[in-house]
Amino acid sequence: MVVDLTKCQGYAQCAFLAPEAFRMVGDEALMFDPAPSADQRVKVLRAAAACPVQALQVDMADLPQQPPAEPLVAAKGDRLRRDGRIVIVGASLAGLKAAEQLRADGFTGTLTVIGDEPEEPYDRPPLSKQVQTGFVASADTTLPRRRDIAADWKLGVAATGLDLERKRVVLADGQEVEFDRLLVTTGVRARPWPVPEEAALDGVFTIRTRGDAAGLRERLLAHPKRVLVIGSGFTGSEMASVCVELGIPVTVAEAGPAPLSGALGGVIGRISAGIMREHGVDLRTHTKVSSLQGEDGKLRRAALSDGTTLDVDVAVVALGGIRNVEWLESSGLAVGVWGLACDAGCRAFTAAGLVTDDVFVAGDVARQPQPMFGYQFLAMEHWGNAVTQAEVAAHNMISSETDRWPHLEMPAFWSLQFGHNIKSVGVPPIADQIAITQGSVESRQFVAAYGYKGRVVGAVSWNQGKWLDFYQQLIEQAAPFPLPYDMTNPPPDPVPVPAEFPDRQYPGREATVVVTGHDPSERRATLVRPSRRR
Amino acid sequence: MTEPSVFDEIVDFHNRANPWPLYDKLRTQPVWQEADGTFVVSTFREIYALFHDPRISSDAANLLPEFAHKAGPLSDGGGALPPSFIRTDAPRHDTLRRIAMRQFGPPHRPDRIDKLVPALEAIVTRLVDGLVGKDQCDLVDDVAYPFPVAVICELLGVPEEDEPRFSAWVDPIVNSAGQPTPESKEQAKEAFQQLGMYMFQLAQRRKADPGDDMLSGYVTDDGPDGQLEGGDLFATLILLLIAGHETTVNLIANGWLTLLRHPEALQRLRTEPDFSIRMVEELLRYEPSVHFVPNRIAVADIEIGGTTIRKGHPVVLVLASGNRDGECIPHADRFDPDRADNVHLAFGNGVHYCFGAPLARLEAQLALTQLAKRLQNPRLLADPPPYRPSPVLRGPIHLPVAYDGVLPA
Ligand SMILES: Cc1cc2nc3c(=O)[nH]c(=O)nc-3n(C[C@H](O)[C@H](O)[C@H](O)COP(=O)(O)OP(=O)(O)OC[C@H]3O[C@@H](n4cnc5c(N)ncnc54)[C@H](O)[C@@H]3O)c2cc1C
Ligand code: HEM
Ligand code: SF4
Repeated sequence: MVVDLTKCQGYAQCAFLAPEAFRMVGDEALMFDPAPSADQRVKVLRAAAACPVQALQVDMADLPQQPPAEPLVAAKGDRLRRDGRIVIVGASLAGLKAAEQLRADGFTGTLTVIGDEPEEPYDRPPLSKQVQTGFVASADTTLPRRRDIAADWKLGVAATGLDLERKRVVLADGQEVEFDRLLVTTGVRARPWPVPEEAALDGVFTIRTRGDAAGLRERLLAHPKRVLVIGSGFTGSEMASVCVELGIPVTVAEAGPAPLSGALGGVIGRISAGIMREHGVDLRTHTKVSSLQGEDGKLRRAALSDGTTLDVDVAVVALGGIRNVEWLESSGLAVGVWGLACDAGCRAFTAAGLVTDDVFVAGDVARQPQPMFGYQFLAMEHWGNAVTQAEVAAHNMISSETDRWPHLEMPAFWSLQFGHNIKSVGVPPIADQIAITQGSVESRQFVAAYGYKGRVVGAVSWNQGKWLDFYQQLIEQAAPFPLPYDMTNPPPDPVPVPAEFPDRQYPGREATVVVTGHDPSERRATLVRPSRRR
Repeated sequence: MTEPSVFDEIVDFHNRANPWPLYDKLRTQPVWQEADGTFVVSTFREIYALFHDPRISSDAANLLPEFAHKAGPLSDGGGALPPSFIRTDAPRHDTLRRIAMRQFGPPHRPDRIDKLVPALEAIVTRLVDGLVGKDQCDLVDDVAYPFPVAVICELLGVPEEDEPRFSAWVDPIVNSAGQPTPESKEQAKEAFQQLGMYMFQLAQRRKADPGDDMLSGYVTDDGPDGQLEGGDLFATLILLLIAGHETTVNLIANGWLTLLRHPEALQRLRTEPDFSIRMVEELLRYEPSVHFVPNRIAVADIEIGGTTIRKGHPVVLVLASGNRDGECIPHADRFDPDRADNVHLAFGNGVHYCFGAPLARLEAQLALTQLAKRLQNPRLLADPPPYRPSPVLRGPIHLPVAYDGVLPA
C-alpha cells in the first residue's frame, strides 16, 4: 500500500480506522506502514474507502474483487497499441506508474521493464522518514500493484547505451532490446561526498536506495555518539528530525544561509532553522565540511570550515542528486547535468533541440517546459511529478498526434520533519517575494504565498495543508500578488518581503553544447563533456 | 409575492421525500443569489473550492447586520454560550478542535474509535435482539436512533438513563437550526440553557470521579493547548452531543431505505465480506444525511461559477446536490457500491471536515450489515416514509418495516 501524500490533506480518517498502519504526527503529518500485517486488511480497506481525497493506493491483491473492466479494444490500424514493443528503462516509481497506465490505456503489446536495482519498484520517501525511525522496515516499501502489467522484468541489469538508429537499448550484460517506443525513467542517484577516499569511510552514508536506508538505520540503532548531516535540503532536514526523535545528538552543516532555502527561500529557511535549534539540533549555517577523517577505515571526525572539529561516527551526505543520464551520452539526445529535456508531452529532445517521436521521458530525470511559468524548463524531483508525468508519457506513447496530452500538473511536494507537515504548490524558487497570508509563524500554523513580478507563482503551508487547493487555483489563474482580498485568519504581518532564493545557476564553464555548420541544413548541436563528471 | 426559487422549493417540506429533480434543476446554475441575499452553491467543483477558500468564514460575526437574524442557534448558543468550533474560524477553530480531538482520536488517542468496535457491535446486537418476537418495527425508533445515541453517550460519559431528558433538549435546537423562526429560536435558547446546566453538573461529577470517557478527559487532561474553559467546554459538549444524535440516525435510516430499494445490494451485504465498507461510502454520496452546510459567510467578494458572492452575505453549500453532480461524478444518479475513487461531500471538506466521520462510518457499516444478515425477508411498509421536518439534516422520521423473523447474531 502507498499513500499519495501529495493528495493527502491530513484528514486522519485512515489513522482512526487502522491505527496500527497509519499514524498522525502533530495535526496533519501522516506516517504509514506500507506493508501492514494481514490481520489489518479489513481496517486498511476501511481506511482506503474513507479517505476523503482517495489518496490510499492498495495493492490489487488486497482489494475486494472488482467486476471485470470492459476490455479496451484497440482501434483498427492502431498497430502500436495492439502489438507494439515498449521498453521502459528505470524500474522505480515513474517506470511502474507508466507501465500501469499503458495497460490501463489498452496497450496489449510487449512491455519490457529494465532496472539496475535488483528489487521490484519501491517507494523512496519513507527511507528518510518512517524507515529511519523504525516504524517500518526498508524491505517493506515495495510499491503496490494497482493492475496486472504483464511485463518482462529485467531487474539487476543496467542499460548502458541507446542506439536510436536501430531502436535498441543495450544492456550491461550484452543483451540488446528492440523497441518501437522507449520510456526513460532512470531518475536520480545521490550525489556522493566529493572526496572518494573519505566517501568510502565506514559510517558515511547517502540515502537514495533501500540498501542505503537499511545500512543507515542499522547504524542509528547502534546509538552513535553524534551524527553529522551534510546539507539541509529536505532529506538532510528530515534526517536531523529523525536523529532528534531517536535521541541522537546531531549537527547539521549547511553551506548556505538556512535550511530549505534552495527550495523555499531564506524567509522560510529561517523559520525552519529556528525549529531545528528549538529541537536541540546543532545547526551551523554558512558552514562547509572541509574533510571527513577516519581511523582504520571508520569515520571518526569531521573538520568544518568554521574551524571546529567534531567527533562523529555517522555522516549523512545530503547534497542532492545526480541525474542518471550517462547511459544516454552518445545517443544524441539532449542529456546533461540538467537531465533529459523533453516537450510538454514528455517526448525527448535531441541534442539539437528537435523533438523525437519514439523516446519519452518522465520522473526525476526529466526536464520539461512549464507553460504556466514562461515555458521555463524545470526538473521536478517530487513524487507527485513522477506519477503524473509517467501517466502522461504512457498515454502519449500509444496515442496519435491529435490525442496527446500536455503535462500541466501543478508541481507539489511535501516533507515531514519535527512533527511539522510542510507542503508546497507551484514553483517557489522563481519567486522574488513572499508574504504570509494566513495564520502566524509563531504558532507554526501558516500559509505563505510566493510572488513573481506581481503574480502568484507558489505557496507553502506549514501544518495548514487543507488550504493549498485554493492557492493552486490562484497560481493556475495567474492571480495577482500580493493577494488583494480579505481572508479569515489574517497574519499579524501580511507585507510581502524578498523571498531570498540563492542566485540561479546557468551553465558557465561547464557549457555542454557547441554548434557547428553554416548552411541551415548542416547546422548541428553537439554535446561536449570537458571532463567526465561523476 | 415573487415566485419561489428552486432553493425555496428544496426547503419546502412537500419536496422532502424526493428533492433530487430539484437538485438537478439547481445545478443548471452553479451559484444562485436568493431574493434575501443568500448565495446558494449547487455544483461539486464550486462547493469543493469554497470549502478550501480562506475567504469563506464559519463565524456569524462576519455577517452584515441585515443578515444577522439568519445565524442559527448553533452559532451563539442562543446567547447563552460562546459559539462552538463549527461556527468559528482559524486560529480559534483549530485550537478548540485540537483540544476536543485530544480525547477522541489521533494523534493523542489514536485507537479510541478502533477499540470501540466490539462495544458498537454489542449495542447493535442488543438493539436487533429487541426486534425478536415481532413482525414489524420502526427502524428509526428501534435501531437507527438509539444506536448512535447510546454510542455518543458512552463516549462522552453521559449516563444512558439521562438520554430521554436531553433528547427533549436536542430536538428544539435541531429544529430551529433548519428553520430559524422567533419561537423556534426562543425554544432553542431555553434548551441550550438547560443542556448547559446539565453538562455543568455532569462535568463536576466527572472531575471528582473521572472515568475513561471524553468528558472526564476534558476536565482532567491538560495538553499543549490547555483545556476547554467554561463556556467553550459546554459548547463543545453540546456540539458533539447534537452531531452524534442527529446525523448518523439519518445515515442508517436512509441506508436501510436505500437497501430495501436495491435488493441486489442488500443481498451482497449478506454474503460478501467487507461489502459494507464501500457500500456505506456510496450511501454517503447517494443519500447524505446532511443535505447542506448552511453556515458560511463570505469575508470578501468572491468570483465563482459566473457570479460574485458578496462580502458579508450568507452562503449555503448544497452537499446533496454536489454529490449528484454528473460533471464530476460518473453516472451520479446511480447507486453503485462498486464505484472506484468515490470522492464525495457528505462530511464536508477542508478544516471543518466532520469530526465524527470515522465513528459514523463504523456505526453505519456495523448496523446495516447486522440488519441485512439478521432480518428475514424485510419489506418497507411505506415508501416513501414520512420525513423529519429539517431540510438540512434530512431523513425519515419513521421507517416502518415488516419482516418474517430475526436470525440469531
Ligand atoms: C530519501 C528520499 C526521500 C524523499 N522524500 C520525498 C518527499 O517527502 N516528497 C516528495 O515529493 N518526494 C520525495 N522524494 C523524491 C521521490 O522519491 C522521487 O521523486 C521519485 O522516486 C522519483 O521517481 P523516478 O521513478 O523518477 O526516479 P527514481 O526513483 O530515482 O528511479 C530511477 C530508477 O532507475 C534506475 N536506473 C538508473 N539508471 C539506470 C540504468 N542505466 N539502467 C537501468 N536502471 C537505471 C535507478 O536505479 C532507479 O531504480 C524522496 C526521495 C528520497 C531518495
Ligand atoms: C452520518 C453522519 C454524519 C454526517 C453526514 C456528518 C456531517 C458533517 C458535516 C457535513 C460537517 C461539516 C460542517 C461544516 O463544514 O460546517 C460536520 C462537522 C462536524 N461533525 Fe459531523 N457528521 C456526521 C456524524 C458526526 C458524529 C457522529 C459526530 C460526533 C461524534 C460529528 C461531529 C461533528 C463535529 C464536531 C463537526 C464540526 C467540525 C468542525 O467544525 O471542525 N459528526 N459533520
Ligand atoms: S487525507 Fe486520506 S491519507 Fe491523508 S490522512 Fe486523511 S485519510 Fe489519511
